[in-house]
Amino acid sequence: MAFVSGLRCRECGRDYPADPIHVCEWCFGPLEVSYDYDAIAAAISRESIEHGPPTVWRYAPLLPSDRGEEVDLGAGFTPLVRAERLGAALGLNQVWVKNDTLNPTNSFKDRVVAVALSKALEFGFKTVACASTGNLANSVAAHAARAGLKSYVFIPADLEAGKIVTTAVYGGNLVAVEGNYDDVNRLCAELAGNYPWAFVNVNVRPYYAEGSKTLAFETAEQLGWRAPDHVVVPIASGSQLTKIAKGFEEFWKVGLLDAEPKVRVSGAQALGCSPVATAFIEQSDTIKPVKPDTIAKSLAIGNPADGYFALDAIRRSGGGCAAVSDGEIVEGIKLLAATEGIFGETAAGVTVASLKRLAEEGVVSPDECVVVYVTGHGLKTLDAVQPTCGPTATIAPTIDSFTEHFDVQE
Amino acid sequence: MSVSVNVRIPTPLRTLSGGASEIGVEGSTVAEVLKALEAAHPGFQERLFDGDGNLRRFVNVFVADEDIRFLDGLGTAVAEGQTVSIIPAVAGG
Repeated sequence: MAFVSGLRCRECGRDYPADPIHVCEWCFGPLEVSYDYDAIAAAISRESIEHGPPTVWRYAPLLPSDRGEEVDLGAGFTPLVRAERLGAALGLNQVWVKNDTLNPTNSFKDRVVAVALSKALEFGFKTVACASTGNLANSVAAHAARAGLKSYVFIPADLEAGKIVTTAVYGGNLVAVEGNYDDVNRLCAELAGNYPWAFVNVNVRPYYAEGSKTLAFETAEQLGWRAPDHVVVPIASGSQLTKIAKGFEEFWKVGLLDAEPKVRVSGAQALGCSPVATAFIEQSDTIKPVKPDTIAKSLAIGNPADGYFALDAIRRSGGGCAAVSDGEIVEGIKLLAATEGIFGETAAGVTVASLKRLAEEGVVSPDECVVVYVTGHGLKTLDAVQPTCGPTATIAPTIDSFTEHFDVQE
Repeated sequence: MSVSVNVRIPTPLRTLSGGASEIGVEGSTVAEVLKALEAAHPGFQERLFDGDGNLRRFVNVFVADEDIRFLDGLGTAVAEGQTVSIIPAVAGG
């Protein structure tokens, strides 16, 4: 059973029942799931988790729904790998990579969608929908197919071809909207009021967002039931970063950690869409929306709904925030691939390039245990690296031609 | 000059509009339009604005599908027949 006690407004603290609603009627603040932590603490243990499935559902008591089996494609419990070569390249001694490219549809979105669709089934919805920059589209289409739900997926019409194919293949309705992601979002916010659908990032968003906590849960479990010193997380809407910070706190709250976590949380944005980083750098309390212009389309949210909470989590924890150029993003993708054998999408390039920047600035110190979240697979954004990745040489099919091009010493 | 515009009311605020999803009001700027909305259906003012008279930070207002923060904010002029939308911030991905 789930241990949800209701929903609470993050802005003004008003309480609501656990319904498919996402916004406070009073102040428009986002609603967040609240739990009975005493009951969870009594129901959960390291042993119960270790005996659970190798998916997000091993942490079911800390999630708002437990009908996971019906939607399960195996989301979560991805590898946390020690990244010594990447660390050496950046002058850092203890870097870890959370490799979330290895989810069923190759991004962290499978975590949040698994939880959202489980909750949608619980509410009795027959149709699910989402506004997406691509990763969410893939995941909603796939999980809806798995769960036998109808789906409507709304994407910006200029999305990478790969992300369109990898959504359309699952069937369901794929709606290409002439506009950017913020336009798609605005349309969906208005559509959501008119149809009896579970819009994963609108009316069931409070539940959906909880899925991102599993990124923190797994990190702590995989580090041997301890929290890292520092995490570097990409920021689109700001939800993932906020929930990762919350995840470590919850693990402590329900008695799964020996020491209270003091995780510094740092954010990563693309320079072409950096409303949160800009507010952080300018020490402003106001996040000004922007018109995104970056190759990191999965992070191109100009008006981040959870931006204020992400900013707060960064400041409270003593973290930093970087905004990196498209050139640095491509270099970040290639650095991660060349040092660790992990091919991330453009958001991963943003995160790795931000880690580099934060290390240079001294925000990440050399001996901290730092975890970088690589949240989507590079095959989703081939366009970004294609111009600078190709054969080392093109040769004739002869030994002479090979030796002419390659002076092999060992 | 005052013109007629339609204001789209989001689901969480429809209790104030008697369930209506669109309301026609008059005004020349967004500020005037929202003032007229308050006059027609009292209650909008305190839901949309904080104590200092600024729009609450999770309230987004669009004129003809453009966020007023990219225009002239509450001073943004409206034209006859345009739609003004009040929309909560949406999460992404």
